[in-house]
Parts: sequence; structure tokens; C-alpha cells
Amino acid sequence: MIRLQTEPFEPGALLTGFCEGRSETGAVVSFTGLARASAGAVTTLELEAYPGFTEAEIGRIAESAKARFGLDDFLIVHRVGKISPGEAIVFVATASGHRRAAFEAADQLMDYLKSRAPFWKKEHGPDGERWIEPTARDLADAERWD
Amino acid sequence: MLLFGRLADVAGWSERTIEAPPTRLSALMDMLAKDDPNLGEALAAKGVRVAIDKVVVNGNVDLAPGAEVAFLPPMSGG
Repeated sequence: MIRLQTEPFEPGALLTGFCEGRSETGAVVSFTGLARASAGAVTTLELEAYPGFTEAEIGRIAESAKARFGLDDFLIVHRVGKISPGEAIVFVATASGHRRAAFEAADQLMDYLKSRAPFWKKEHGPDGERWIEPTARDLADAERWD
Repeated sequence: MLLFGRLADVAGWSERTIEAPPTRLSALMDMLAKDDPNLGEALAAKGVRVAIDKVVVNGNVDLAPGAEVAFLPPMSGG
């Protein structure tokens, strides 16, 4: 399941909910991404998405990862709009019979979300606002799975 | 028509409807470039993709009346 939302979410609550009611799943892996303040400068992050398109694209990649790694289930929750330093931006959880698949799928999904997912990121800082590109590291990480 | 990311900043708008749109994507882009050369240049930049009714298209395609055309700069991820 993929969800975009402007409101903050609680990673712990999402994880608890995701773990509930499972019988064949032996492994649940989760990742939470937080907004960092750049070198102490108070900046607000703003994420723009294309409603409908962004969820569909992420869904395609997630279904592909589910098939590739043999997951039982996945959950992706992603903030859009303005996000303050320290707030959770993204939550990814994967469920599978055994842990290797859950770890690798979560890793791949995060590499995708950080470099290729249809978001446009803007940073609001003391010097104004600027659009952010993926880092060379993020791009290289995503290519690991190609 | 929808503009995302930096493209909307260049154009000064993010959403616009035209009553009698061209029937080919290339003609639509020419029209936008003629109105706003800065936008035209930005749309032609490497990595800008076009989605029609939320499906990414490659190259020049026909535009149905009422189609939603979105111009997407390179995605930055979240």
C-alpha cells in the first residue's frame, strides 16, 4: 500500500499496525527517513508530488519489488508539502517469510524513493528557496538494483 | 497543462487550461515556447518528461481534447 499525506505520521504506530494480523510472515523490516537541518541552518523541506501519478509510479516499483523479492506485503507512507527538521518524511515497511528478502526490498525501495520517485524537492532556508537534485550517491545507489 | 518543480517557477504558473489545444504534443510545446521563450528552453532541457493523462510518453504524440498534459522536470526523490 502507498499513501501520500500532508499530515505528520507516527512511525511506531504504522509499524505496529503493519505487523498485526500476520501468520506466515516471519520478518518485518522498516525504515524511517527524517528531515535533517542542514548544518544547523533552520530549513523547511517542501515536497511536491503529482497526485495520482506519484502514487501510481511508486506503486509500480513497489509491486515489482514485491514480486522480485517475494514479499508478503509492503507499506509506504510519504509526506508531501512542508516538512520541518526532525519530522519523519518517509516510512517503508516490508514483510516476508524470512528476513533477507525484507531487508533487501526495503533497501531497494528506499534507493528508488531517494533518487527516482516522482517528487520535486525544495529547500526553504535563510537565503531563500532552492530546488534540490538527487546526489551522486543516491543515483549510484539506485543503479545497484538495475 | 501542469508544470512541476522548477518549470512552474520559470513560467510563473503551474496550471493552465486551453480551450482549443493543438492536436500534437510538439505543436503544444512550440506554442508554449513562442509565448515564453524561457519556458520553451526549460521544457526542452535534458531530463524533462511529459505525461499525458498521467502516463509518461516518449517523443511526439497526438493530444486528445481534454487531455491532461504534465511537464515533469527530473525527479529529485523525497
